Amino acid sequence: MADDLPKGGSFLIEETDPASIFTPEDFTEEQRMFAKTAEDFIHNEVIPKIEQTEAKEEGVMVELLKKSGELGLLMIDVPEKYGGLELDKATSMLVTEVISKGGAFAVTYAVHIGIGTLPVSYFGTPVQKEKYLTKLATGELIGSYALTEAGSGSDALAAKTRADLSDDGKYYILNGEKTFLSNGGFADLIIVFAKVGGEEFSAFIVERGYDGLTLGAEEKKLGIRGSSTVQIFLDNVKVPVENLLGEKGKGHKIAFNILNVGRFKLGVGSVGSAKIAIDDSIKYANERQQFGKPIASFGMIKNKIANMATYTYVTESMSYRTAGLMDGILSPIDRDADDASELTMKGIEEYVTECSIMKVKGTEMIGYVADESVQIFGGYGYVEDYPAERYFRDARIGRIYEGTNEINRMLIPGMLLKRAMKGEIPLMAAAKKLQDELLEFPMMEETEEEGLLIEEKKLVQNVKKVSLLTAGVAVQKFMDKLQDQQGVLGNLADIIIEAYGMESALLRTLKIAASKGEDGADVVFKMTRLYIYDTIGKIDQWAREVLAACSDGDELRTMLAALRRLTRNIPVDTLGLRLEIADYFIEKEKYEI
Amino acid sequence: MKNVPDTETKIKLTSDRSGIETQGIKYVMNPFDEYAVEAALQLKEKFKDDTTVTVMSLGPDRVVETLRTALAMGADEAVHVWDPAFEGSDMLSGAKILAKVAEKMEFDLILGGKQGIDYDSMQTCAAVAEHLGIPQVQIVIALEISDDKTSIVARRRIEGGDEVVNIKLPAVVTCEKGLNEPRYASLPGIMKAKKKEIKKIGLSDLEGLSAADVGASGSATKIVGYEPLAERAPCRMLEGEPGQQVSDLVRALREDAKVI
Repeated sequence: MADDLPKGGSFLIEETDPASIFTPEDFTEEQRMFAKTAEDFIHNEVIPKIEQTEAKEEGVMVELLKKSGELGLLMIDVPEKYGGLELDKATSMLVTEVISKGGAFAVTYAVHIGIGTLPVSYFGTPVQKEKYLTKLATGELIGSYALTEAGSGSDALAAKTRADLSDDGKYYILNGEKTFLSNGGFADLIIVFAKVGGEEFSAFIVERGYDGLTLGAEEKKLGIRGSSTVQIFLDNVKVPVENLLGEKGKGHKIAFNILNVGRFKLGVGSVGSAKIAIDDSIKYANERQQFGKPIASFGMIKNKIANMATYTYVTESMSYRTAGLMDGILSPIDRDADDASELTMKGIEEYVTECSIMKVKGTEMIGYVADESVQIFGGYGYVEDYPAERYFRDARIGRIYEGTNEINRMLIPGMLLKRAMKGEIPLMAAAKKLQDELLEFPMMEETEEEGLLIEEKKLVQNVKKVSLLTAGVAVQKFMDKLQDQQGVLGNLADIIIEAYGMESALLRTLKIAASKGEDGADVVFKMTRLYIYDTIGKIDQWAREVLAACSDGDELRTMLAALRRLTRNIPVDTLGLRLEIADYFIEKEKYEI
Repeated sequence: MKNVPDTETKIKLTSDRSGIETQGIKYVMNPFDEYAVEAALQLKEKFKDDTTVTVMSLGPDRVVETLRTALAMGADEAVHVWDPAFEGSDMLSGAKILAKVAEKMEFDLILGGKQGIDYDSMQTCAAVAEHLGIPQVQIVIALEISDDKTSIVARRRIEGGDEVVNIKLPAVVTCEKGLNEPRYASLPGIMKAKKKEIKKIGLSDLEGLSAADVGASGSATKIVGYEPLAERAPCRMLEGEPGQQVSDLVRALREDAKVI
């Protein structure tokens, strides 16, 4: 890893130059063309067939996936050596964002290119890649992934499915049941996790046609109804030994690394889903007349539109900042080298905290946006003739799969602390320094700086300090038992997530202002202010809870005084900002910066 | 080929009504030109020989993106025709320029969209054919080319039926919706397009054409101003039994709208 690249999680302790982050404004003409193809495909092919796919009409979804393969949309992340395009992560995320406007198709797509293809891409032998990856890249084969079992979801390693070497040593015999296989109903290839000899957790490439493999019925789901989700039964399925994926007993490496990629893609996918929900909501609000006026002219509707757009802007800023980090670490890798896959995974692992942050933030953002979309549509939001109810139902799964948001909230402070303990980022030193600074000396009155968003910048810096303060206090109090304090960890995660969100929006806005001038950045400027002032109160509340859980009496009072100094602010007119932000988007009739 | 504001763009007039607000407009390939590009690519695929497809667009730098899209769809070469002197050209002076460029090239067939969806004049391609002195068929919904590439049979929709025209090449054909289903620019296609050259042609490259022949001075028309559409009043729903609705409607037409 090059020294000048930011370490994963280091945003909490370092200052970032706005010019150094990647933003959607930095896309090249070519990247925008890739997105245009995806956008045209979604609007002309996928959306007109949504009624058919939602009704699970035989073959329609598969045909769409194959068609997307013909356009090259399935080969973005696949190495060139195996017929792919191996494009940068920013492009890959942009395409995922756009595809996410396509409802259940987006899930089918993401499952295929993600958990269906990446295990072979990252862990396959050259022979396995030649045989399977080349066809996954074109869509000739459709991939699926079987990790979860009825009794083991988040606790994936507790799986009961087992694999036993046959007497002649040529096969592993798989027995067990797997549940919730996305794409399972039509997949040609399934990555199945099973324990060799009931002990060594491993992954296998299983072809749909192997004897003994049967599918259960399609699940009847709350949302993403067009996607296939089935159970599979493995009854003495003979899998050739050469289809063992990766090393025996190292299946967890595959399971967890692949999930990291899924997480950041899910975050950016939420941005695409939010954009289409916002566009539809604003159009409806402009058309729908009540009391002789379009409902878009009412303050409370504007309030919602402003929040929807602002949360989307923040999540979008975080997503592409993360994409930029990934590309920074991945692009120098020699793609022809033998260890290219290993290095790629290590690179993604570096930003495991950011991946979890994206997952939680994105899926909760779309939860809010889709919910308000139903509200703007009113009664029509509750009926199937309008898309809002589908957005609402489709959004709900996001908080559950690819690691529940609870698991990811555990991981965010957990991974950071682990990295800190290993000395990978100097988190502890920074926390200690901050405590001394806050407790031992009165805060120096800072000199008046001048420039754009100065107050907001200070607040963001302070929120980062709040995360260090609270994490430091929690570690001191609970030491290695902190893992058992889920309430504290959840609050720490929320503070860290928002620190990344606020800062990413702020940096992007400053970057836009630097290129377009203050006038050109007007609406992003307002959204950034709104978000920071809206969130600072929540930060304060989460931090107070952590401090109260970790200390009492005089110690607590001292800590609270320190916190107050960090979160203190004079409110700006956020209600007024919302009206102005809403007017901008209502005029455009869509989310467009 | 032309690039035009995306069909979803909300067009706003400038405050002095001398033109439209171009800031923030997203430009796309004129939808009718997509049929033309697709038709050309299908012909190339039919012959499987050294047939090449060259796309050409007259306009400022923003047309390059549209040319690139056509290259990504599979066109072989692209020509970007622009010069500051061309600014303000109307359909006729634009056609003069395009015909001059075409004269410099070898071609069997010139395809274009039946109209640009921005100014909807339907004149440019026709005028190009006139300047070149070659035949033209407009608004074509089916097209067949002879194996020796010397003639085409084109079908065009007319009032009450279809007209089938057989003409000798070279010729100009303009394409209508229904002719084909334009393909998408595939991702590998987009990557290949990056390596294809876009040739630039300006006034000095066009012999026999002076600044006076092009731009506003070479134009036969002048736009005096733009008027916005009158705002439409919101719909009013009539309620009650059909009989009641009819009498309410008649009253509204007579008393409110004053049309009967």
